[in-house]
Amino acid sequence: MDPRRYSRVIDPKVRQVGFCPRSGQVQNQSGPTGPSTSPPVSDISPSSNSLSPVMIPPPRHPSDAASRAVNVPAAATTPLRPRRPSFDDPNNNSSSTEQLVVSSYNPDESVLGTSPPFSGIGDDRDGDAESEFSDNSVNWIRQNDSGRFPLSLAPDGRFDSAAAKEKQSKKPQVGSRKERGGGQTAEVRNDLPSESKPLKEKTSKAARRALQEAQRAVKAAAKAAGGNKSKAASLSAHEQTDKAVKLPLQRKDDGPVTSSAAVSERRGGERPPEKDRKKDAPAPRMQFDDKNRVEKAKKRSVVKQTEARNRVELFRHLPQYEHGTQLPDLESKFFQLDPMHPSIYKVGLQYLAGDIRGGNARCVAMLQAFSEAIKDYSTPPEKTLTRDLTAKVNNFVSFLIECRPLSISMGNAIRFLKSRIAKLPITLSEAEAKSSLCSDIERFINEKIVIAEKVIVEHAVTKIQDGDVLLTYGSSAVVEMVILHAHKLGKQFRVVIVDSRPRFEGQALLRKLVKIGVSCTYTHINAVSYIMREVTRVFLGAASVFSNGTVYSRVGTACVAMVAHAFHVPVLVCCEAYKFHERVLLDSICSNELGDPDAISKVPGRMDINSLHDGTNKENLQHLNLMYDATPPDYISMIVTEYGMIPTTSVPVIVREYGREHLLI
Amino acid sequence: MDFQVVVLAGGFSKTLVPLVSKEVPKALLPVANRPVLSYVLELLEQNNLKDLIVVVESESAALLIGGWISSAYVDRLHVEVAAVPEEIGTAGALRAIDHHLTASDILVVSGDLVCDVPPGVVAATHRRHDAVVTAMLCSNPVSGSTESGSSGVKDKAKKRYNIIGLDPTKQFLLHVAAGVEVEKDVRVQKSILRAVGQMDIRADLMDAHMYAFKRSVLQEVLNQKEAFQSLRRDVLPYLVRSQLRSELLLNGVQSEENGNDKDASQNPKIVLSQLLANASTPSFHELQHALGPNGFSLSPRKTHKCCVYIASNSNYCVRLNTIQAFSDINRDVIGDASHLSGYSFSAQNNIIDPSAVLGSKTTVGPQCMLGEGSQMGDKCSVKKSVIGRHCRIGSNVKIVNSIVMNHVTIGDGCSIQGSVVCSNVQLLERVVLKDCQVGAGFVVIAGSEHKGESLAKKEK
Repeated sequence: MDPRRYSRVIDPKVRQVGFCPRSGQVQNQSGPTGPSTSPPVSDISPSSNSLSPVMIPPPRHPSDAASRAVNVPAAATTPLRPRRPSFDDPNNNSSSTEQLVVSSYNPDESVLGTSPPFSGIGDDRDGDAESEFSDNSVNWIRQNDSGRFPLSLAPDGRFDSAAAKEKQSKKPQVGSRKERGGGQTAEVRNDLPSESKPLKEKTSKAARRALQEAQRAVKAAAKAAGGNKSKAASLSAHEQTDKAVKLPLQRKDDGPVTSSAAVSERRGGERPPEKDRKKDAPAPRMQFDDKNRVEKAKKRSVVKQTEARNRVELFRHLPQYEHGTQLPDLESKFFQLDPMHPSIYKVGLQYLAGDIRGGNARCVAMLQAFSEAIKDYSTPPEKTLTRDLTAKVNNFVSFLIECRPLSISMGNAIRFLKSRIAKLPITLSEAEAKSSLCSDIERFINEKIVIAEKVIVEHAVTKIQDGDVLLTYGSSAVVEMVILHAHKLGKQFRVVIVDSRPRFEGQALLRKLVKIGVSCTYTHINAVSYIMREVTRVFLGAASVFSNGTVYSRVGTACVAMVAHAFHVPVLVCCEAYKFHERVLLDSICSNELGDPDAISKVPGRMDINSLHDGTNKENLQHLNLMYDATPPDYISMIVTEYGMIPTTSVPVIVREYGREHLLI
Repeated sequence: MDFQVVVLAGGFSKTLVPLVSKEVPKALLPVANRPVLSYVLELLEQNNLKDLIVVVESESAALLIGGWISSAYVDRLHVEVAAVPEEIGTAGALRAIDHHLTASDILVVSGDLVCDVPPGVVAATHRRHDAVVTAMLCSNPVSGSTESGSSGVKDKAKKRYNIIGLDPTKQFLLHVAAGVEVEKDVRVQKSILRAVGQMDIRADLMDAHMYAFKRSVLQEVLNQKEAFQSLRRDVLPYLVRSQLRSELLLNGVQSEENGNDKDASQNPKIVLSQLLANASTPSFHELQHALGPNGFSLSPRKTHKCCVYIASNSNYCVRLNTIQAFSDINRDVIGDASHLSGYSFSAQNNIIDPSAVLGSKTTVGPQCMLGEGSQMGDKCSVKKSVIGRHCRIGSNVKIVNSIVMNHVTIGDGCSIQGSVVCSNVQLLERVVLKDCQVGAGFVVIAGSEHKGESLAKKEK
């Protein structure tokens, strides 16, 4: 049960409900903050609880809700909205009612633990959406805080936490009396600490004093009596004082002991699971601003990496090395890296030198290298193939990461391979296991990349009509295939290739298209806003698509997509489903790759500019050569995958439904 | 890493007479009192290459070299010494040991190379580009010191320079011409020039004679072209010339080239290779093909790549193939490139074996080397020179910029400048040598003066 799905289903209904005429009264219902307001709340929420989330929204029966709301004593209404006057007019102001609606159906959401409703509201009409969005989000957050008083929230978001506390302390009885399912349990939990805490504190001072005095008395007694007697006396005295101080003192005494014991217990108990968790969870990505870990990683690393000295502040967590030092160093070690298979080594070199670029190509090259390595692999004596080979593959992967950070697609492919290795039946002989792995790899390449591309091309071509002007950015292999195929089908269209420094990848595409006779326009990204007005479709490639619909692609893609959006040009992203990832990406800072800073500082053929950057290690000059950017889902009309053409919102569905399949095929 | 190493140690080189003699083949010429071959072997050993094939011309030299290797590297290296007949050239030598070659790539190193460039870089470049041949180039050595070396020697050395054409990225070899051909016009192939668009022609690079070959191609070329004698003069230029119209079977895909253009899109292998080719930065080989007249056909390309690795100027890389080079290397190994010698230098920046005996008022300057058991009389002065083992040197002798090998006797009052004195030579009193080479066992009579001469015993 994916909550996301529900929220998507709900949204339109919520909006529909917003137009109900008697909303003003409902508004009133939610307003009161006094303890007496709770009954109606409880009336509504249980019913909504029992309903399936799709059917929830109480305002669906506006008359019902309103009638209940009438029962509410309205005397205590406090919230003063700036827009309040408009509420009196029941006929208009849909926006306010919407807010109201949100607040009223939220309890349900909170119980179900679903995603916040504003995801739906964000899709609303452009006009009011902003303000509503912010208001609602505030409400939502507050609501979470207060837990069980969803309706006591003021829709204006003025409801402050102090008030909430006040209410909390007052309300317990009301809540329990009304038996409100999930809300109640939370309350009970709340109650316990709040009662025990003050008690403890009050007694503790007295207890301390009592204890001190008792101890003094004991000491005095001991001095007076001396020897064994004193001990007994002290014991008895201790007991007495203990009794005098009563329970709290005991608690006090035991406190540290038990807590430490508990701590140790917790440590002892929690350690193994923590380890397990570590094993299960994917290793956190290296943060390269963490000096200790970087040092450690350096010791392990095969490639000698000199960290670039002058890095941009915001991007220090990404690896950046002095370009040009790694390759010669790795090359000179060619014969010294025994455990590395030559084919892996070759691929690593090619990554490092930039001979192989592009998500698919890198992935295919890596998989082929793995396949080679597996063919030449033989299990050392007294080791099992599964374990040893997994370790080997890990070794290879870390080497490849040193050469260049992995792409998402490669990560998925590696996951696939590892799961295949792990699932090998023990009964298989070594030769059989190896051949099955190799055929698995071949099948992965074939099904997930080669055939997937063909299917994507089939899908995407249907979106190209005669007279279209297509725009593409950089050089994406799939987009290129789409254009070639459309040309082969005899469609009449024109292509605008937008390119950018420093790699000018579009030129290769341009060359191919011009050669087969497609009429092309070539421009740089600076001119994208100009050229966009004549474009009818934008086709883009992607390095990865994340589950919130964010498209992670060659830097500049986001810019093109946004301009296209502004010009109301549909943006189609062609991406194989094996590049999808369940992670959520919101910006291009957290995960990105830094390229060679010299690549952007040096302009070929412009000596006058290049001379400016001779001292690249100037303290106040930092070059930022980002490789990727994240395009928000709002700017993408459609993602073309082998599973069909989907909106960005359906990415998680693909990830969920077919993600397993990647591992299983 | 699936590489096999072949060291071409040569035999009794003609060019190095009188230094080379029946007892001392070229590979055993001492450089800082170590055979020159040891520099290559140690470089390989450092790089974890311990299975070597050493090819020696002529049986007698093979015996000498094999004996030395087995005594010096008995438990460190696994060396196979193969003897081939004389005067068959480097290509012939490889042809002769053809059946020993099994690995997918062959690293061919000349035995007279003194360098500190790890062979891994050549191998890595080779693998990275999937090349047919990768050659290592280094900048020309600054031949001859300012003090010595007559102009005639320099001119001769200049003639040996290669004319080398490179693509703008300096990764691919487009043209090779040996120094002799430079006298004529340089002929550059039009097809290559058209494909590349731009060619850098360099004369300041020297072929270091360290090649990585794809074995299958090397064997094929050697078998097909019986006339090929030398790797540098025949095989390499041939491969470079034919790189755009390759007749070699590089791998399986290329063999089935009988027009399967139509079902190419169905064949996943070809689609894949195309996918990879699209993504990689196209070298001119692919471009040439892509721009071909037959449009966008998927026919497999018939090209191969010839790559180069250009050693940086900070590396030391010289071949011992002339007498001039011999003295240069000796000077450099105890001087500028002292890290190669493997010795630890004293505070005075020289190496004097503890068993050497120096007379009173005898000075040994920096960048000098004095072998074990050598004796020097009074008031001698040694500058920038190498003196071998068990030499006996009289009083008042000046040795500057020279190499004196083992068991040499030098009489009183001699002056040796810029010369090479081989083993067992006797210089009587007051001999003056300048820019001379004295062959092994020669006796220079007292009081004679020689300048720019080569003195050797007459071979019977």
